[in-house]
Amino acid sequence: MTLLAETDLSALWVTLKLATVTTMLLLVISTPLAWWLSQTRVRFKPLIEAILALPLVLPPTVLGFYLLLLLGPHGPLGQLGGPALAFTFTGLVIGSALYSLPFVVQPLQNAFAAMGCRPMEVAATLGAAPLDRFLTIALPAAKPGFLTATVLGFAHTVGEFGVVLMIGGNIPGETQVLSIAIYDHVEALEYAQAHLLAGGLLFFSFLMLMAVYAFSRHLSLVKP
Amino acid sequence: MIEADLKLKRDDFTLDASFAIPSRGVTALFGPSGCGKTTLLRTIAGLEQGASGCFKLGQSVWQNDHYSLPVHKRPLGYVFQEASLFAHLNVKKNLEYPLRRTPESRQQVQYDEAVRLLGLQHLLHRKPASLSGGERQRVAIARALLTSPKLLLMDEPLAALDLRSKQEIMPFLERLHETLKIPVLYVSHSPDEVARLADHLLLMQNGKIAEAGPIGEMLTRVDLPLALGDDAEALVEGTVAGFDPTYQLTQVDFPGGRFTVSGRELPAGHPVRLRIQARDVSLALHASKGTSILNIFPARVDEVIPINPSQMIVRLDTGGVPILSRITRKSADALQLESGKAVYAQVKSVALLS
Repeated sequence: MTLLAETDLSALWVTLKLATVTTMLLLVISTPLAWWLSQTRVRFKPLIEAILALPLVLPPTVLGFYLLLLLGPHGPLGQLGGPALAFTFTGLVIGSALYSLPFVVQPLQNAFAAMGCRPMEVAATLGAAPLDRFLTIALPAAKPGFLTATVLGFAHTVGEFGVVLMIGGNIPGETQVLSIAIYDHVEALEYAQAHLLAGGLLFFSFLMLMAVYAFSRHLSLVKP
Repeated sequence: MIEADLKLKRDDFTLDASFAIPSRGVTALFGPSGCGKTTLLRTIAGLEQGASGCFKLGQSVWQNDHYSLPVHKRPLGYVFQEASLFAHLNVKKNLEYPLRRTPESRQQVQYDEAVRLLGLQHLLHRKPASLSGGERQRVAIARALLTSPKLLLMDEPLAALDLRSKQEIMPFLERLHETLKIPVLYVSHSPDEVARLADHLLLMQNGKIAEAGPIGEMLTRVDLPLALGDDAEALVEGTVAGFDPTYQLTQVDFPGGRFTVSGRELPAGHPVRLRIQARDVSLALHASKGTSILNIFPARVDEVIPINPSQMIVRLDTGGVPILSRITRKSADALQLESGKAVYAQVKSVALLS
């Protein structure tokens, strides 16, 4: 007898795949976004920051609902002849990315801001062009921020429920993730299975966070 | 020549600095805090957004009404008040950073030379966090030199350091002054640093350049605040004439005579700078005999200016070299000092600077 049912294993696989893809996508999008936010002095910056922070306070079902309308077959995207992304893995990635965006942008923005403008000014006086100094000075200086952003983005995607339920539709092997599988088990009164998955997630999340704190302490030791 | 006419408007401050200085030697930028010294330096480097005006270094224009060279294209070295080393790179990598970004054809300062000049051999593999304040600033100076700058900007490089680190770095700066031919613009509000390092002086006040000129002349101009302060002093350039090993005294010749000062043994002919504080110079109408004072020179009174109800500052001409003397008003009256009068300057204490 196996500990995990086949549907549980595929839910685990979908979850890991979703979290990995989402985190990588978010790092690519958030790095320039966070840099811009940390440097800009435009007047509408609070507006952008408020929009980016919305997923922190909105019920995930609200976000999921609007995404469903947007990405569904009758949504604007579908009307324009685009693919219907609701109930697909791609749709799931888009929803998760939006939902976890602030968890990746904010640590990066803080890390860039904490660096101050001095190191970049120094690099400029040493002959480094803007992109050069971003890659050689700003990115390494923001290393702890990247670590935090990666772990938070990944863990938060693994832990989400509302958005993926709305936009994913709980299709086993396709869009069913662990958090929904747990819910299904509880609904079916399969507490043993639910325990296994829930306990596993709890343990995993704890490990991740501990790694972040341990590593960021190690990092702060080598700071000036 | 370095020619500048730079303007910058901020909410609470306006920079409007116009000056021309020789493109050799150290020019000190001196003035009260808040007068805009750092802002001027940052504007020259191109670090201040919205600056207008022009800046010319010899034939190359860094900025004029139509264009402004971006910071990373200006051939300058900048030493900030705090060392600002890159924390994630060790000393060697910090030094290599500008080197890798300077085309080999333009490299004039060699890596080994910079390392030797600032005594960094034993620090190369250390991280900035493990260095002392003085060591960090030495690395920062070497790093700025490795851009092979046409102009070195130094913004109070010693201000953030304790006295021991200051004394540790000073000899390196003096050596820099002697060995490299890079013009330096050095911000300071320490008269001591200015006296030791500067050849020229820019006096700054409220965002404007108030006065400019050679250091020896500027320090002794009685119409400028420097000569009227407590630390009023004169600088005398001379050459070593000899060393008396019995008494450990160095003889230094200058146009007005020969100084005898306690100090290191230096080779004859070595150029040195002497600092004479106004409070250490007394005046007499006759050459006194039976005195402990070794340095007595005939001089002519140039100007006599009251600095407060009880004290006067007297500018003297000793063989064409100006020195200052601070005496009481009572003494000035008793000696009937006036412009053109012949006196003897008795110098109680002299500091040998380099």
